[in-house]
Amino acid sequence: MPDAPPLLAMHGINKQFAGIAALVDAEFAVAEGEVHALVGQNGAGKSTLIKILTGYYRRDSGDVTFAGRPFGAASPLASQRAGISTIYQEINLVGFRSVTENICLGRETYRFGLLDWKRMHEEAAALLARFGIEIDVRRPLQDFSTAAQQMVAIARAIGFAARLVIMDEPTSSLSERETQVLLDVIRRLRADGISVVFVSHKLDELYAVCDRVTIMRDGRTVRVAPMAEISKLDLVATMLGRDIGSVARQGATGFGAKGAGAAETLLAVEALAEAPRVRAVDLSVGKGEIVGLSGLLGSGRTETARMLFGVDAPDSGRITLDGRGFTPRAPHDAITAGVGYCTEDRKAEGIVPEMSVRENLTLALLPALARAGVVDEAAQARIVETFITRLGIRCAGPDQPIRQLSGGNQQKVLLARWLCMNPRLLILDEPTRGIDVGAKAEIQALIRELARDGLGVLMISSEIEEIVEGADRAYVMRDGRTVAALDGDALTEQNVMTAMAQGDV
Amino acid sequence: MSERAVLAPRAWRPMALLSRNAVLAALVLLILLNIAITPHFVSWETLNVNLTQVTTIIIVAIGMTMVIATGGIDLSVGALMAIAGALAPLIFEGKLFAIPSPMIGVALAYVLPVLAAGAFGWFNGLLVTRYRIQPIIATLVLFIAGRGIGQVMTNGNLQPFRNPPFQMIAMGHIAHVPVQVILMLLIGGAAAWAVRRTVFGRRILAIGGNERAARLAGIPVDRTKRLVYVISGLCSGLAGLIVVAINSSSDANTNGMGMELDAIAAVAVGGTPLMGGRALIVGTILGALIIQIVRYMLLANGVPDSAAMVVKAGLIVLAVALQFQGRRA
Repeated sequence: MPDAPPLLAMHGINKQFAGIAALVDAEFAVAEGEVHALVGQNGAGKSTLIKILTGYYRRDSGDVTFAGRPFGAASPLASQRAGISTIYQEINLVGFRSVTENICLGRETYRFGLLDWKRMHEEAAALLARFGIEIDVRRPLQDFSTAAQQMVAIARAIGFAARLVIMDEPTSSLSERETQVLLDVIRRLRADGISVVFVSHKLDELYAVCDRVTIMRDGRTVRVAPMAEISKLDLVATMLGRDIGSVARQGATGFGAKGAGAAETLLAVEALAEAPRVRAVDLSVGKGEIVGLSGLLGSGRTETARMLFGVDAPDSGRITLDGRGFTPRAPHDAITAGVGYCTEDRKAEGIVPEMSVRENLTLALLPALARAGVVDEAAQARIVETFITRLGIRCAGPDQPIRQLSGGNQQKVLLARWLCMNPRLLILDEPTRGIDVGAKAEIQALIRELARDGLGVLMISSEIEEIVEGADRAYVMRDGRTVAALDGDALTEQNVMTAMAQGDV
Repeated sequence: MSERAVLAPRAWRPMALLSRNAVLAALVLLILLNIAITPHFVSWETLNVNLTQVTTIIIVAIGMTMVIATGGIDLSVGALMAIAGALAPLIFEGKLFAIPSPMIGVALAYVLPVLAAGAFGWFNGLLVTRYRIQPIIATLVLFIAGRGIGQVMTNGNLQPFRNPPFQMIAMGHIAHVPVQVILMLLIGGAAAWAVRRTVFGRRILAIGGNERAARLAGIPVDRTKRLVYVISGLCSGLAGLIVVAINSSSDANTNGMGMELDAIAAVAVGGTPLMGGRALIVGTILGALIIQIVRYMLLANGVPDSAAMVVKAGLIVLAVALQFQGRRA
């Protein structure tokens, strides 16, 4: 990059939430007319950094310079007025109003005190034409495809005379062709001298359009490099905090020794797809086997799990369970077939916060605990006691509301919710996310123990270490496809990262 | 979270106890206040008047509590009362179809209107679950149309009648206790038991507490919700019968008018969170009694009904404010 002062410079940014550091001396600089990638795992601090820039949060300390002047937006509106526009993953527009209204919302043109529709339609059409989009701006926004709506959102952002456009995972719900259109738009913006911050987990897109990349991890800026000078593997390794050449170590996680090889097949998935997030998933899980499912964020892991559990319906593909065709239409079907699913987002999809440990633990088991619809409370108490002891759930008692438990103990209750059903297959989505080290090792040891008893486990994890040490075999997903199946000596951190980065080993 | 926080004493228990007892304490305080200032408060007459006026509210509010516990609301209760109330005389007077004997007519007049109201409740549930319409809008449909249906059935006329066997439901006594009060206690007891002890009850609370989690735990969310609206409809139907039996006449224009608001107010004052996840049946009964006694107190002391309404509104605001306070604590 030339030596001209950058358009945006964030220096030494610190931010804490309730005493927990979200950003530690973070650095971020974007040059004029540059497309800059911002990458990092969940919790790396990218969104906090962006929200500080756009005035959503206030920084605890640090300097921000924008267009040569110290900058501190008090609100999202203020940052927008200063020339920083943000486009989010979800489109924040009004679907049933016209394209023009959406573009001009908040800065309408008046004539004799009335809205000057003619002029506004012309402006909107001209703005869209700049991106090669020709649509009828008088029609409601919802008549158009997601990609077109995304363009309208961008047009609206540029319309505000933006100098810096932040795009937060703009392609996650776009098809491949729509993505190409978006990338073209980004190139045009760059040609017009507008800077773009591009947040995405899809490496191919980053490499296709970005000039430089800033990698964040654990609230810190760990690397800034021109895109051309960093390999995909290097980028992934830096993001995850692993050495490229690191030798597999045994014993850092709680999984212990691996199980025996080749098991009887329990679950088999062929060419499962649900556009656009899942394109082709092939995998199998044996009895008593822990199978890892790895991949960057947005690679389609959770979507795959949801289809296996009957939450979402696949467009195509085949699932067999114990050799028989398996097409769950609702979670109830999957549960009846002996499948359990611990979701990634404990708070939104796992716990019922106001209910007690007891009620949360037996939520799925209730029908089996009842006679003529009346809960057998003695049997319920026995089961709850058993699992509290067996899993070492630390709580004041079965009556304590689950929201008062630590993350690790909540997770144990959710595991127990499925274990008390005697499942054959357990799908675990990020089973140890946000859990302290001690509880993490306990949960990992428990998963291993369960597998030894014959339970098949499909374990989704963003932690490569957890996959490599914990799983007997692993699949790696990339852009909705299973691109690698690794087992034995081939299941190394290096190979997993290579598959994430490049799609093959 | 630290070990200490996990093993902390059950700080939530006294809190829950306090908030539940706050409703009871308020009721006791109100009664004591009335004994002091309202003339002739301690009399059978007063008890009778208040109980008759509050029973129907309580019966409807119990169904409403269950709907609200799932995170929904039912605005159609008053209209369903009107429909049930209009149907009953049509049935026992043989205007709808020929009845073989007066007693069978009365029996059918008890059962069919309540079932009809339940069926309309099922329709509410269908709108909410199958068509994903927000409960407040879905039940607004029958809130508007239901009273119209009742009026069409009776040509908009008042239907006076005298039918002592049918009017047992409102006028009769068993062991000196009015039948309608017994009905109310039975329904309240059954509902409180169902919420606490049955699979259905826990499903209601789980759905209101976290619908996504409930669905992922295999709970039949849609079926449970539909059933809850059916129960609310059944309760409304029964309340509608009691009202016409008390009045010795059925008037679809006024039967159950404003009942939805009284019932929601009772639920709110009783401490059930309007976001769902909890169902305090006893609280709802106490809440209805509080509202009733405040209203009676104001009327008996010469405060006009218009001012009484403002006080009622104030009570609701206070109750909801206390709920938020409790949650923050």
